[in-house]
Amino acid sequence: MADTPFILQEHQFERLKSVLARLCVECAARVVFLIDRDGQPIAFHGEIGDMDTTSFSSLAAGNVAATSSMAKLIGEDVFPCVVHEGEHESIYISIIGRSLLVVVFDERSTLSLVKIRSKRGSFEVANILDEAKTDSDNFRVNQNSFFSEITDEDIDSLFS
Amino acid sequence: MTFINYASREINCKIVYYGPGLCGKTTNLQYIYDSTAPQAKGKLISLATETDRTLFFDFMPLELGTVRGFKTRFHLYTVPGQVYYDASRKLILKGVDGVVFVADSQEERMDANIESLYNLEENLGSQGYNLAEIPYVLQLNKRDLPNVTPIEELSQELLKKGEPVFEAVATNGTGVFDTLKAVAKQVLTELRKG
Repeated sequence: MADTPFILQEHQFERLKSVLARLCVECAARVVFLIDRDGQPIAFHGEIGDMDTTSFSSLAAGNVAATSSMAKLIGEDVFPCVVHEGEHESIYISIIGRSLLVVVFDERSTLSLVKIRSKRGSFEVANILDEAKTDSDNFRVNQNSFFSEITDEDIDSLFS
Repeated sequence: MTFINYASREINCKIVYYGPGLCGKTTNLQYIYDSTAPQAKGKLISLATETDRTLFFDFMPLELGTVRGFKTRFHLYTVPGQVYYDASRKLILKGVDGVVFVADSQEERMDANIESLYNLEENLGSQGYNLAEIPYVLQLNKRDLPNVTPIEELSQELLKKGEPVFEAVATNGTGVFDTLKAVAKQVLTELRKG
């Protein structure tokens, strides 16, 4: 069967958002994203303008998946971070377990600053996600009532 | 892996369209994209070669509506069909919640279908999944062409577990939404089971 669902509770989401908000300031970043390694956006903070955050998340995950496989081909276990430097905008992606922390920054910041500050923030993010994972598993086992209440009619109504 | 966010009240699921090269995976996505209201979809991203063959993946997010107050969003992916892009196919299967196998009904593509299906089982296995247990739909595409294999023969060769089978002509949309609906329904039913 497919993997078990990952459930993020509201209080965990708010804590993640506040870590991202702080990181965004500390890194002098334009925007900071937290993305699942399968490409699902989890949370973000900063200026997104008209950026398509769903597509961005999917591409970031594909990018990391590809570079991680390249790492294995040359005998590295993993590349813990991926950097793309542009003329004005740059992207720094670091792997946190099953998630990716993505910092988008411009000339107002520097790669070294982003690296140092991201590293510190990533521990907090990892702790919250670990907690969410444990809660998620317990929630599924102990209280599956919400999803078990979904009826065939509910599902059919999506396609009407 | 289905991702459920209680704060934004969203359920996100990943569906992958698999199949041999030029079977119509991208055409399925393109049709869904063209036929869906703008507010229900994101951009269709295609990482393709200069000749429009899928290089890494195509991707589009699709919002179907709400179930019990939760927005259901399906992330639709295709894989590159050509044999030598196997490494990419493995990556795209990570975290998959449901699979659509798009078979090319043309007689001369039977071997390619069988090979691709075998490759799907192998690649799912390498990611820790089992085709027998994952939401799965078989689509028999290109039914409008003159040189197609009869349905019975295709089913005999390609049917794996009594999965739903749909005849399709992805270029004009026949069977495209039926296929999507069937796999999405299975994914949500799995979620209900826990």
